[in-house]
Amino acid sequence: MKGTNLGEFEELVLLTIAALGRDAYSVAICDELERYTGRAAKLGVVHAVLNRLEEKGLAKSYLGEASATRGGKRKRFYEISQAGKVALVRSREIRETIWQHISGLNLEGLS
Amino acid sequence: MKRTRQDETPPQWAVSFLRWYCHPRLAEDLEGDLYEYFQRNITEKGLRRARLIYAIDVIKFLRPYTIRPVQPLTFLSRFIMLSSYLKSSGRNLVRNKLFSFINIAGLAIGMSVGLLVIAILNDLLAYDQFHEKKGRIYRIITHHQEHGNPEMKLASTSVKAGRQIRVAIPGIEDVTILRSGFGGDAQIGEKKIPVEGKWADNSFFRVFSFPLVAGDPKTALNEPYSLVITEQTAKKLFGDDNALGRTVRFDSLAYTVTGIAREVPHQSHLRLDVLVSFASADATLGKKQPDLYNWDNIWQNYVYLTLPPTTTPAAVQPALDKLCAEENKALHDLKLTVSLQSLSEITFSKGLNNNIGPTVDPLWLWGLGGLAFIVILSACFNYTNLSVARSLRRSREVSVRKVIGARRSHIMGQFMTESVIIALASLLIAFGLYIFLRKEFLSLTPEITEMVSLTLSVRTMLYFIGLAVVIGLAAGFLPAVFFSGINALAAMKTRLAFNPGKRFGLRKVLIVTQYTFSLIFISTTIVGYSQYKKILHFDLGFTTDNVINLKLYGADPAALKKDLAGLPEVKQISQSMMVTSLGSFFGFTMKYQPGDSALVWENRVDEHYLPLHEHTLLAGTNFTVRPEKGQEREVIVNQQVLKRFNIGGQSPRNAIGQFVTVDGQKLAIVGVLKDFNYGTLEQKIDPVMFRYTRSEPWGFLNLKVTTDDMAATLVKLDEVWKKYDKVHPINARFYTDQIEAAYSRYAIMVKVIGFIAVLAICIASLGLFGMVVFTIETRLKEVSIRKVLGADEAGLVYLLCKNFLLLLLLAAAIALPVTYLLFDKLVLPRFVYHKPIGWGELLIGSLLVMLFALLMIGSQTARAARINPTNVLKGE
Repeated sequence: MKGTNLGEFEELVLLTIAALGRDAYSVAICDELERYTGRAAKLGVVHAVLNRLEEKGLAKSYLGEASATRGGKRKRFYEISQAGKVALVRSREIRETIWQHISGLNLEGLS
Repeated sequence: MKRTRQDETPPQWAVSFLRWYCHPRLAEDLEGDLYEYFQRNITEKGLRRARLIYAIDVIKFLRPYTIRPVQPLTFLSRFIMLSSYLKSSGRNLVRNKLFSFINIAGLAIGMSVGLLVIAILNDLLAYDQFHEKKGRIYRIITHHQEHGNPEMKLASTSVKAGRQIRVAIPGIEDVTILRSGFGGDAQIGEKKIPVEGKWADNSFFRVFSFPLVAGDPKTALNEPYSLVITEQTAKKLFGDDNALGRTVRFDSLAYTVTGIAREVPHQSHLRLDVLVSFASADATLGKKQPDLYNWDNIWQNYVYLTLPPTTTPAAVQPALDKLCAEENKALHDLKLTVSLQSLSEITFSKGLNNNIGPTVDPLWLWGLGGLAFIVILSACFNYTNLSVARSLRRSREVSVRKVIGARRSHIMGQFMTESVIIALASLLIAFGLYIFLRKEFLSLTPEITEMVSLTLSVRTMLYFIGLAVVIGLAAGFLPAVFFSGINALAAMKTRLAFNPGKRFGLRKVLIVTQYTFSLIFISTTIVGYSQYKKILHFDLGFTTDNVINLKLYGADPAALKKDLAGLPEVKQISQSMMVTSLGSFFGFTMKYQPGDSALVWENRVDEHYLPLHEHTLLAGTNFTVRPEKGQEREVIVNQQVLKRFNIGGQSPRNAIGQFVTVDGQKLAIVGVLKDFNYGTLEQKIDPVMFRYTRSEPWGFLNLKVTTDDMAATLVKLDEVWKKYDKVHPINARFYTDQIEAAYSRYAIMVKVIGFIAVLAICIASLGLFGMVVFTIETRLKEVSIRKVLGADEAGLVYLLCKNFLLLLLLAAAIALPVTYLLFDKLVLPRFVYHKPIGWGELLIGSLLVMLFALLMIGSQTARAARINPTNVLKGE
């Protein structure tokens, strides 16, 4: 097992799921990620990550209603599970702890 | 632009593929996702790109987590069903013993031929594959183009070509030169043993991987008078003593054994036996005959080279062409070009003269493979035919399975499994037949034993099983399609799942095909055999009866002749340089008018030769006796020589006394012979001359014998021979036997085709028998009712036979013209001299097969017609 550690991309996807709320399904997540990061997010990559998140128990999914735009196929919506929330918060805490130890000098002139 | 909805769908195959491989849990939404992107791409990039992207995406999503897991349940159920299939197949086999026997026997017979072909192919393809550098070894072959003559391709080349390539062409790894024809009596102490070998230079072991058990491969062939021999040869020469470093004398020269090679694998086109360092050839032959190194001395030398891994033969060819162009400048009316032939092609060389090692014409393999294919196909036909014919019973089993819930794929699986199992069972019998076939095949001629060993290996066994499975699948395919297509309800309700008459079309075609092939084979065999006999007894223009040709190995002919003449059985003795009509040629250029010369085949004979062989002299006389050392003055020619040079207005009488120049000597024509076949019957009669010789110690003695006890005579000959030559065993053969041997490949062909014919007839007869039995079984009630209503037995037999008879006649109507054309257009034109095909020989085979089939049909129908109708009808 890889454990419950969050990879960078996994974290981004998880955050996007949270940001999208009830509209979080694969295509929307791709679009949203593209908007945030400015990089093209491929469905193949995102789909695999979503699947892994669900396996790790960080996200849950359910099938929505059928719609004509998708050739009559239902969407699979994702939402963050309790474990996912814990993981996100923990990862943010780690980052903030580190940030606090950075002296201003080392990052000067970057922004 | 307006599009219909039909156009806007993603590629159907991609959708199906996705649905097939994708995990059911993920399939629906993934398909939806891809569809959404597809819609987007249509507007952004156009329909074509969108469809392409969709297809690529489907393939890209083929990942471990998306793939549908193998469901243990389906797997398990198949496995459980397998035992059920086995059980029902087994019961069926046992219930219909006759049909099972026909199927298994037919498949086994067909398969045994297939096994033989596989074993042969496996052996041939393994040729020369043990060399480490096998992919990079090439042989130099020579194209010999003499002005006005057709091009001749030779496996041999000149020593010069090898040496020039070594020095003048860069980028070649190694070049090794071989020369064939080393031979003589090896003398070790007091022992004399005749050996044959080849000269090879010191790069030989760098090019080829022939491991040495003793001696250093790097230096073994460096020095003059060095020998490398195989373990077996070492044993022959020295017994169990250590051979390395020992001395072998050939005439006055002493050679030292510098290496002992491990026994050469059977599948090697080079057989070593004895290798002599090329430096020895330089020291002996080269000193005496400097033309050994000539560019046009291309008859006995073989050059092999290795190319570096990155070089292709095409890259070397321009340099070779340049080299040839340079060397050809010194030749008149002759062009020699060389090219590379890869090691793996050597065994399959076609049209190459002077080959070293056994070669096989790919056409021959295709022929054999084709025959095996036809026989196997015929056996598969039987299986298909009988299975479908008997579907009446099986169809109810199938419908019950279907009603319980079997899908079409299950039923197909069941029938394919069944046929594969039957095929595997047949394999056991086929293997037994194969062992027998292999023995027969190997004993056909020594060349076959030389070429293939057909030893069993794990690999060939796997191929055998593979063949059985493929045959099983092929045989079971049609029945499987047929049974899986049965409508369960209809089959249950109507008892007759289908109309037997409807399917009879296919079965008729199969029977006619089987019989057509069988009849073609049998008539080919019989016509071929009778033609072969006619060839053997063809009037060659002289007599060969009771003539024994005794090969001399340098013994004094005069003394031997005197001794042999003392035997009461020997009536006449003559001498000749060679034996004609066996396919060997020996010729010299003859000149008559200035500027006009032609190659004329010759034989050198003494004054007894022509009377002994009863050659017909049209004009002039036989040779007059003259002393050995005297100037050669006389020649006897055939009519073709007169025709070719227009000597004496082509009249034999006028030609006598004319002079021709041969070999730098002016010879007077003293006799003109009636044309005779100097070559085989495949060649047309060319100009031939006889020159006089008094003594031919390396030629033949021709003995005319009259005896009732051949064996005793041969023993007597042997006793005399032993007094003159203790090294070589006697080599005395009847002229008629030698002629038979010269045409042996046709005898082999006839034997092989004859054997295949027997197999094909067996299979076709089994199939026909099965069909007859089945038809009668189904029509038994009809027959009984007809009988009750007053039909007589003869009429009933006719009724039942009629259909089959028509089929057989149709098969004969196709087969006979095909066979006739085959011989008339393809086989017989190979022989310039042959006899026409007789009607009898064409028809007899077919008549016999038809008679046999008739007996089979007749006996079965007669039995049916004689049955008491009450026994059949009371059950209703």
